[in-house]
Amino acid sequence: MATVFPFSAIVGQDEMKLALLIAAVDQKVGGVLAFGDRGAGKSTAVRALAALLPKMKTVVGCRYNCDPDQPERYCEECREKVKHGKVKTAQVPVPVVDLPLGATEDRVVGALDLERALAKGEKAFEPGLLARAHRGFLYIDEANLLEDHLVDLLLDVAASGENVVEREGLSIRHPARFVLVGTGNPEEGELRPQLLDRFGMSVEVKTPDTLPERIEVVRRRDAFETDPEGFVAAWAKEETKLRRKISQAKERLPDVTVSDAALERAAKLCMTLGTDGLRGELTLMRAARALAALEHDKTVTDEHLKRIAPSALRHRLRRNPLDDAGSSVRVDRALAEIFG
Amino acid sequence: MSIEVAWSDAVTAAQLFAVDPVGTGGVLLRSRAGPVRDRWLAMLRAALPPEQPYKHLPLHIADGRLLGGLDLSATLLAGRPVAERGLLSEADGGVLVVAMAERLQSSTNVYLTAAMDAHETAVERDGLSLRMPARFGVVALDEGLEDEFSPAGLRDRLGFHLDLDQFAWRETDDFPISLDDIRAARERLANIKVESEQIEAVCTAAAALGIISLRAPLLAIRAAKASAALFDRTKIEQDDITLAARLVLAPRATVFPQQEQPDQADEPPPPEPPPPEDDNQDNNDQEQQTPDIDKALDEVILAAVKAAMPPGVLEAMRASAGRARARSAGKAGELQKSKKRGRPAGSIRGELRDGSKLNVIETLRAAAPWQPLRRRQAEGRNGSAPRILVEKDDFRIARFKQRTETITIFVVDASGSAALHRLAEAKGAVELLLADCYVRRDQVAMISFRGTIAEILLPPTRSLARAKRSLAGLPGGGGTPLASGLDCAFMLADSIKRKGQTPTVIVLTDGRANIARDGAPGRPQAEEDAKTSARQFRVAGISSVVIDMSPRPGPQAEAFAKEMDARYLPLPHADATVLAQAVTAATRQD
Repeated sequence: MATVFPFSAIVGQDEMKLALLIAAVDQKVGGVLAFGDRGAGKSTAVRALAALLPKMKTVVGCRYNCDPDQPERYCEECREKVKHGKVKTAQVPVPVVDLPLGATEDRVVGALDLERALAKGEKAFEPGLLARAHRGFLYIDEANLLEDHLVDLLLDVAASGENVVEREGLSIRHPARFVLVGTGNPEEGELRPQLLDRFGMSVEVKTPDTLPERIEVVRRRDAFETDPEGFVAAWAKEETKLRRKISQAKERLPDVTVSDAALERAAKLCMTLGTDGLRGELTLMRAARALAALEHDKTVTDEHLKRIAPSALRHRLRRNPLDDAGSSVRVDRALAEIFG
Repeated sequence: MSIEVAWSDAVTAAQLFAVDPVGTGGVLLRSRAGPVRDRWLAMLRAALPPEQPYKHLPLHIADGRLLGGLDLSATLLAGRPVAERGLLSEADGGVLVVAMAERLQSSTNVYLTAAMDAHETAVERDGLSLRMPARFGVVALDEGLEDEFSPAGLRDRLGFHLDLDQFAWRETDDFPISLDDIRAARERLANIKVESEQIEAVCTAAAALGIISLRAPLLAIRAAKASAALFDRTKIEQDDITLAARLVLAPRATVFPQQEQPDQADEPPPPEPPPPEDDNQDNNDQEQQTPDIDKALDEVILAAVKAAMPPGVLEAMRASAGRARARSAGKAGELQKSKKRGRPAGSIRGELRDGSKLNVIETLRAAAPWQPLRRRQAEGRNGSAPRILVEKDDFRIARFKQRTETITIFVVDASGSAALHRLAEAKGAVELLLADCYVRRDQVAMISFRGTIAEILLPPTRSLARAKRSLAGLPGGGGTPLASGLDCAFMLADSIKRKGQTPTVIVLTDGRANIARDGAPGRPQAEEDAKTSARQFRVAGISSVVIDMSPRPGPQAEAFAKEMDARYLPLPHADATVLAQAVTAATRQD
């Protein structure tokens, strides 16, 4: 694996970085969709996040990354193991799995292990990318160009948290809960609304437009390319700090309280914007809590709601093509109306 | 800039690319096929180490061949899965030449640019999960005519943009590039550092030239490093920077840099970097640099870029930037058979009949569990068995979703006779339909006609953002050149059909043609021309709808609808929503 550009060295792009950090603190917030200019560092940020995530505990040898703290969610193999005594556990990096365009269905959901079947005549299941991404992140670059049948598949699994495989005489089900992270360029085409809805937050990414920022981007990029190891070492301290910030926020998260007033504000905001369904409200509250945890606050305040509302809501507005204002503008308008 | 200097720049670009193919990204070679292009390519080939890969990427390469996958014959021979490298990883360490880049399939482009970014290919196909290194430079051969371009994402990643069509054969000459020089420069490249001020200057100049992408200044810096390495300098000098700016930044400029004080404007362009064999170069450089020292480097860069840009080029560039993705079918497309068979959608058990495609991996999977049993049986019968026994029952046929993409072409009468407010409703209807279209993954295009001409306002697109931008500027008023409008729509519909997609044409007009095909006013000739244009649709069997938007629907529009074999919908007072619904209903019935 090549050296990855450090997360903390990314210039600007505050909204995208914050959304990714929130997703890292609370996976239940749902995924992040980063749409915007090409070459603005979307993929860089996602890959950098992988290096930043605190490790997680898994059952040793489990192909589905089962969580030893949640035996009720064990896969079948782990259930068998438990019957024969205690399972061994280990700390492993949180998976950030690439779903490359052009991936075939058998690799995504998993299929009969061809090698073992051909060589030994054994019927064994070879888990796919969905199994690998369990409890981690599934990253789709150019999400708007993903084949339709793969999108359908993802929608199904993302909704149920379980991957059901019925093929080649295999009948397997295994847990598959992952945070969906997608990037894309709107000029290449829009995302299907059903898939859009699966993302907890969506951020708009723009190439930095102030000269000092632009110069800093190029300067750091050049420094990284000239001496990747040295550059990463120079940023190691910042990275450690950020990693600690995430783990501490994760610990604090259960203690962050949400007042009734905040709940009411969130509901009002969603009503004003006419977002479909309850998902918007839920995501907004969860994201605001994660933000509060990241910033050492004990309760969710208006300030948190205001900051995270655009990312949590802008992709849930009912589309009105005759309203020329973009969805970000509409969210801002509603925020001004409610919070004054 | 004289032709000789331009050609010498083209040669220098080949040298710099040869020094650092991966870093500089590549070369966009906008040129028709011909001796000049061949000459340039031959020069480049000679400058590249022969032991390194030099691969060609054909236009319609299959995904499996591009990315890699299962090597079928080796798999069957070995009795276990054997992976095969794709073209992208075969090009690792060398150069990949992309033919007819202006017609590159969008999927191929995505795989290609992803590999350029990651320097590797990730393959999750055919039961294989592989990562293979793929570090290569790209030469994109772009034969696009006026508004045909290779994909913007690819162009953005290619450092050098050359236009070879400006050269006549006799204006070019062979410039022997010494392979040893290139090899030596490659050795030196890693040690060349760029100063912080130089980065600032390049970024400032790029911003002044209206270049938004941050890849451009980065590529310019890498080109400057390659230049320093080529001319055997220990660090990047001003000449390297100005050369890189000319080659990388100038072709991307969208804004002409601000006019400066006269004394600077008259500054002669920096001298050409002399050929590498000039040993006195270093000393000259030192001397030349001193007088410039108090002048900001970014101004020197801008002056160099300015000198490299003949007037007129900028206008052409600006026009092209807006239509960068407007890719219509070129002439070559006529011979191309449509490859679109829909999207793959799994496989089913079935027989191998004419035209059906075997899904080999799934077939092998189906056969696999039975191998020990079958082998025993086969050995019992005749003592020996092939490695893998596949029977008819195992065959799995690949299924494709047959639904082809529909492209709805709106032909909007923007003349004075069609009231202006109708135009607004038509725009609204297009946007409403578009909002609906991406759910079905369909596309929308729009043609308007007024005065004496018709133009494609919105090339086929799925992007709402793009559509809004194009529609915002639609003016109204003038004569009604119905024939030209229909001709334009027919050409677009025809090219869409050739790509294997399905065009549907929606004409919004009152049918009162008064401008003939040749632009001359006069009702009788205009109507005659419009009828002949309309007949093309019937002959070609292109489904169409005529929406009569005059306040009192009359026989004219209905007559055209008949000639076109189109559905006729009189909608005198329809607003955008009604229009959109009518169109949806009319096209669904087809």
